[in-house]
Amino acid sequence: MAVLRNGVPQPNEWIRVADDQPLPENAKVIVSVERWRSEGERLRQLNGALGVFLKSDQSPLLIADDLHRLSLVALEFPKFTDGRAFSYARILRDRLGYKGEIRAVGQVLRDQYVFMLRCGIDTIEPPVEKRVEGYAEALREFSVFYQPTGDERATALQLRHQRKAVAA
Amino acid sequence: MYRYDQFDATFVRERTAQFSGQVARRLAGELTEEEFRPLRLKNGLYLQLHAYMLRVAIPYGELSSQQMRKLAYIARRYDKGYGHFTTRQNIQYNWPRLDDVPAILAHLAEVEMHAIQTSGNCIRNVTADHFAGIAADEVEDPRIWAEVIRQWSTLHPEFSYLPRKFKICLIASEHDRAAMRTHDIGLRIVRNAKGELGFAFYTGGGQGRTPIIGPLVKDFVAQEDLLSYLDATLRVYNMHGRRDNIYKARIKILVQALGAEEFTRQVDEEWLRIKDSVLKLPEAEVARIRRYFAPPDYEKLPVYVESFEDKKLSDPDFARWIRANTHDHKVDGYRIVSISLKPVGAAPGDITADQMDLVADLADTYSFGEIRATHRQNLILPHVRQQDLFEMWQKLQGVKLAEPNIDFVGDIIACPGLDYCNLANARSIPVAQRISRRFSDPKRQAEIGELRLNISGCINACGHHHVGHIGILGVDKKGEEFYQVTLGGSSAEDISLGKILGPAFSYDEITDAVEAVVDTYLDLRTGPAERFIDTYRRTGIDPFKEKVYGSLKERRSAAE
Repeated sequence: MAVLRNGVPQPNEWIRVADDQPLPENAKVIVSVERWRSEGERLRQLNGALGVFLKSDQSPLLIADDLHRLSLVALEFPKFTDGRAFSYARILRDRLGYKGEIRAVGQVLRDQYVFMLRCGIDTIEPPVEKRVEGYAEALREFSVFYQPTGDERATALQLRHQRKAVAA
Repeated sequence: MYRYDQFDATFVRERTAQFSGQVARRLAGELTEEEFRPLRLKNGLYLQLHAYMLRVAIPYGELSSQQMRKLAYIARRYDKGYGHFTTRQNIQYNWPRLDDVPAILAHLAEVEMHAIQTSGNCIRNVTADHFAGIAADEVEDPRIWAEVIRQWSTLHPEFSYLPRKFKICLIASEHDRAAMRTHDIGLRIVRNAKGELGFAFYTGGGQGRTPIIGPLVKDFVAQEDLLSYLDATLRVYNMHGRRDNIYKARIKILVQALGAEEFTRQVDEEWLRIKDSVLKLPEAEVARIRRYFAPPDYEKLPVYVESFEDKKLSDPDFARWIRANTHDHKVDGYRIVSISLKPVGAAPGDITADQMDLVADLADTYSFGEIRATHRQNLILPHVRQQDLFEMWQKLQGVKLAEPNIDFVGDIIACPGLDYCNLANARSIPVAQRISRRFSDPKRQAEIGELRLNISGCINACGHHHVGHIGILGVDKKGEEFYQVTLGGSSAEDISLGKILGPAFSYDEITDAVEAVVDTYLDLRTGPAERFIDTYRRTGIDPFKEKVYGSLKERRSAAE
């Protein structure tokens, strides 16, 4: 299944490996927190890039000390109504200063897509059966944002006062 | 009042277009009802027993005459000629068609209105003291801060899929006219010892099946830190609020489970990390918003107006209305006028399109074009000159909007109940109508004095029964509607939760039971100055229990 970056489908370079499956060499692999904890030493010796998958009840604080070793953190959206991972993404970016890729996996609606990007999520991996048309369009639905979230988008408040500063 | 600038206007236009697209996708079958549901709810669109219901936001209850005329237009064109004001200062339409909703939203956008976040598991439309800006006892105009919160909470990227709905309410005086401590976050604007303004946070209050009076979790948050403290609170809730059980998902349950102290510690820990970030509120923005709430051009008026005093002496009906439905304004010569949407025998909070138009005209003629909606489902004309009151009262009488019963037993809060709502166990509106008819004599109501009667058709408590002086809760007993009575609740600064009187009453008994409660109070009170709630607190529930069930027994045996 493809992933979406900026609304555009792209091949998925990452492989999610179940806890009981062997780890492929020279690949980009995503493992569970449990596996990361139990096999961390060995995992670090593999040549490929590493990612960790956090279930929706697993806070990124669980891997706070390991983030510099991880190229990707995947956040689970088990249902589109479960919004915990929006806060996890903010914590990864703002509190923990994580610079790698954050990926949303699971039940994501295009109507949530811009929220995800605003919270610091880079890519989304919708379920296989999900239509992915309209996601790029969804990113163009709004030009005005009220909340500062640390992404690049200027807020209404900033624009209001910038404009005044220029005019003055 | 606040007016949209280009950013707000563009935003609402974009939101309307987005929702129109969502409706189109639903109608085309691209979205399942399950997927559409949270999307429509975030835009105030419910599916009720008989039809869709659209709830339109009235941020902190403030309306212009132009907006009121638009609400009338929508009621006529897209509904059955009326609307219903709710306990959250919003208005809802009970009969719109799904395919008309985009057009309704476009009409609303023309007058800077919308239906954003009037439902769904997100931060709901913010409410505030309906006397904001006109009460002598406030330390600050809460509308300024309510507007700050409105913008911050609108389509918040992090907090749009919370465990459950989230309601914020603001007051700025000792007197609580907005049921502040029944909210997920109740904010009271206070001054600290240095004279600086800030916010006291009462977090984790709520009604529903687990009523909790919001505890004070933080006694002072500086103005500039308002948004960071809100963000920190919501972040802790979003991550740790329960998602496994809808009945345990509100923040009040989290605060109770952790204990207020531990909850506050977690919020503070998060807050200290973010308080000096981009969330710090710039003074220039507060000043910009404050300018919109500058007082209107009041005239310098005499305190004593002879014609007004004469009318009160010569016309007892007018005098009664003045006493019940008007309050002191902070500016001499003006009064705050409450328009009761509880005429005898009516559905509480309902208003026809013609009445809306008249209220808009009166606002233009007498009140600088301003109108407020209250959480008690009434309307307010905030600044009326004393010399205009008689003329205005006569015009209100002409459309049956001059009921002199504000805060009296006829001023009933009621949820829509089983007549509209698919959650209800029992009807609320016909019970309110019967009680209102029983106490139809305005003299009798005035003699009884302040008595807040609230009715909910189910345990979700939309009719605020826990905090009514008399609360009525509809329950279902083997397919039959019964009504449980609670006494001693209050939503004001003396907040308390009502206590159950005893076994529930049938639909046919409930009006008699309420009358027996009132009669008992009249017997017990030390004098007219002792309000119902004061008597109840002095005597406790026992004398009421004894009298009410005693008189009911007599009536039952008389009937046999």
